[in-house]
Amino acid sequence: MTLPDVIMLAITVLGGSAALLVVTSRNVVHSALFLVVALLSVAGAFLALGAEFLAWAQVLVYVGAVVILILFGLMLTRAPIGPMAQHNELGKALPIAVSGGFFAVLITLIFGSFGDTTLELVPVSPGMLGEVLYIPWALPFMALGFLLTVALIGAVVLARREEGEGPLPEPDPELADVSREPVPTDASTNPGVSAPSEEPAPVTGEVTR
Amino acid sequence: MQAAYPLTFAALLFCVGVYGVLSRRHAVLVLMSVELMLAAVTVNLVTFGAMVGDALYTGQVFALFVMAVGAAEVGIGLAIVLLIYRNRASVNIDDADLMKY
Repeated sequence: MTLPDVIMLAITVLGGSAALLVVTSRNVVHSALFLVVALLSVAGAFLALGAEFLAWAQVLVYVGAVVILILFGLMLTRAPIGPMAQHNELGKALPIAVSGGFFAVLITLIFGSFGDTTLELVPVSPGMLGEVLYIPWALPFMALGFLLTVALIGAVVLARREEGEGPLPEPDPELADVSREPVPTDASTNPGVSAPSEEPAPVTGEVTR
Repeated sequence: MQAAYPLTFAALLFCVGVYGVLSRRHAVLVLMSVELMLAAVTVNLVTFGAMVGDALYTGQVFALFVMAVGAAEVGIGLAIVLLIYRNRASVNIDDADLMKY
């Protein structure tokens, strides 16, 4: 067993356990943070396989952008961030059976087909990848940029709040007592809004006795 | 490097993602599980690209494409989750049953 094998096994253990914690953790924010570890171990696997550009792109795109986007999504939905009921109506046994059975099939196939195959690893530098990306793959690459633009515009259009749309979310039961208090209507507690004064305006030109 | 090790890593990530998609009810967590499955696919592509060893680095380029599509997918997916939350005040995926039956 050579050094790359040992590194790859360590990455497998680290990333696999992090991925398991992503799907089994009771706290959703903890899941998002374990997702960082799982995606970083994928970047490590790319490095071990000699795909240098992909490893750094994985760190930038997934760890830097996608996880932050997911955390923003958790924040914006004011989701039940604490522990929550975990499983949907499928229960727990059926998903374990499906994924475990699929894993067993995959492992059997992998070790049956590629059990004695050895990879001749050639490190691919970003420059080498850029040369093929911008000359033979130029058209698919541009189509990819178009797809990303369309997807981001679509996301903005979808997420924009339209006028008078949807019911307001139900108040959090922990905050219900606070929200039931009478809202102060005094204009002085509402900075930036000035109500017209209700005092009679002083009449000029008349002497008060 | 033995080709079976990165393939095992990819299979493990993919099956964990399948479990998450099937069992969890939080919509954002389902999106995270889909991200795990996409990461498994990219590891597989890079491994087989290294195994074939073609001059165009097809495996790595396709892995890059999968990553970009995954980023677009998570953007659209989170927009849809936000919209469902705004209309139904819930991120439980069992509640989004308007188009069921």
